Amino acid sequence: MFLLEVANLSRKYGKKEVLKGIDLRVERGEVVALIGPTGAGKTTILRLLDLLDPPTAGKIYFAGEDVTHSPRLKLETRRRMALVFQKPVVFKASVHDNIAYALKVRGHNRRDISAKVSSMLNTVDLADYRNRNAQTLSGGEAQRVALARAMITQPEMLLLDEPTANLDPLSTSMIENLIQRFNREYATTIIMATHDMAQGQRLAHRIAVLMNGELMQIGKPGEIFSRPRNMKVAEFVGVENIIKGTISSNDGGVVTVDVDGNTIEGISDYRAGEEVSVCVRPEDITLALSRTSSSARNSFPARIKLIASSGPLVRVELGCGFPLVVLLTRRSAEEMGLQIGKDVYASFKATAAHIIGEAGV
Amino acid sequence: MTEIWQGFVKAIELIVSLDPEVMDVAWRSLRISAASTILASLICIPIGGLIHFRSFRGKRILINIIQTFYSFPTVAIGLLVFLMISRAGPLGFLGILFTPTAMILGQMVLITPILLGLTISALSGVDKAIRDTSISLGATEFQAIWAIIKEARYAVMAAVTMGFGRAISEVGCALMVGGNIRGFTRIMTTAIALETTRGELELAIALGIILISLALIINVALNIIQQRYT
Repeated sequence: MFLLEVANLSRKYGKKEVLKGIDLRVERGEVVALIGPTGAGKTTILRLLDLLDPPTAGKIYFAGEDVTHSPRLKLETRRRMALVFQKPVVFKASVHDNIAYALKVRGHNRRDISAKVSSMLNTVDLADYRNRNAQTLSGGEAQRVALARAMITQPEMLLLDEPTANLDPLSTSMIENLIQRFNREYATTIIMATHDMAQGQRLAHRIAVLMNGELMQIGKPGEIFSRPRNMKVAEFVGVENIIKGTISSNDGGVVTVDVDGNTIEGISDYRAGEEVSVCVRPEDITLALSRTSSSARNSFPARIKLIASSGPLVRVELGCGFPLVVLLTRRSAEEMGLQIGKDVYASFKATAAHIIGEAGV
Repeated sequence: MTEIWQGFVKAIELIVSLDPEVMDVAWRSLRISAASTILASLICIPIGGLIHFRSFRGKRILINIIQTFYSFPTVAIGLLVFLMISRAGPLGFLGILFTPTAMILGQMVLITPILLGLTISALSGVDKAIRDTSISLGATEFQAIWAIIKEARYAVMAAVTMGFGRAISEVGCALMVGGNIRGFTRIMTTAIALETTRGELELAIALGIILISLALIINVALNIIQQRYT
């Protein structure tokens, strides 16, 4: 059984449709990242899931029960989950009292609260701040308090709305570690909104791409990045090589795409004559100094236009009738003596060429 | 001029010597106004919280009406309460006309709009995220309202102080429903009014000084609290 099941969830604000028919199923213990540009509806969906706002249409099932509009289940269900907001919110009280809040409203006794808060303070590394006024904390510290405050009741589902937006890298990695730890130690199901694709990849088992209130695609991180369902997703997740062309033939699933006279082979169901885009991940392309006989179906003579290093990797921009970006390790770039203007051969397999239709879906 | 000066000197003497009459009146004033402020606060702060928390039709208008009553004439309130508790009135059976109880009731009615209105505006100053956070952490409606009130505690305290200030300084209502009975319902304001008309200036001035000092002390205390904690 799924912990959370959402069917046709929609929300309008006035006439504006902020969420359009979202279907989503989340298993217990799963981490799902909602990614999408600002205004895609990420915050709205989290507020609906936390039962803070009612949906205009659709249903929310939590642990198998329809909790969408039941006033009886509202408080009970809310007490099985917690939401951490993008902007760190702390009560005008000590760090201890902030973290204790959820236990207090549930009527736990003082001794129980004190023990749980102490242990949580250690977990989030804020033991020394116990009696400090939470309003004097830095953004990162305040967000850790907010996370601790949400996790103190060990909720079954934790909702996070861009928990690391506006935080420095150190605070971000601390928050990310805590998220992973809570997921592992308590098997907490986590749904987190983020606009940071890399963060989604690092933390999530599955990524859901939300754009303009629509759920465009959901799948494993690798899937989203290598096989975006349409152009919008491809552009948003930052697929670097998007090459437009026309299918010239389809031979039992192996298609040839004509790109301004060049031919790319790929796997697809599209028929001849259809306009498509070919997506190739930069790390799936190999470079060689001579035309090699490899199994790669696609091999193009190319000239290096630009070389830029980013950490251990080198990013190479090529011209081969169409622009192509390649990522390779610094060492292989050095061994090959790559430099601007040099002629090379760029190759990739037909299976590395992901083909999406112009229509978009 | 000498008469006023003498009255002033005499008044200081009365205060310094803790004159029983002066102290009795001042102490009664404090007790009655404190009681009315506390009782009205216990009613108005939760109701103000509820009005702030819930959204309903006519909320804006209700708040406007409440604010209109901030400066409602005290004698009008006095008249209203008088009509209610006079023997022929609906609450006449209580037999509380011309008692401190009636004065407390009158002052409660008088300061209710200020307490309600200022509580609501104090709570409006609280970040909406506080409400969402407490609800999301499993608070019931009243627990969430309480969390919001706690966030705005200094502003709410200021509202209560304003209410107390209006209660202790008003004269019309206390005179009409209290009756200014010596040793029973005579308070500072009614005493000042009476003694001035009788020409007993020193007593009036002494009570006036105490009243102003009290207002000053309360305001200074409030300022210190607000500066230190907000």
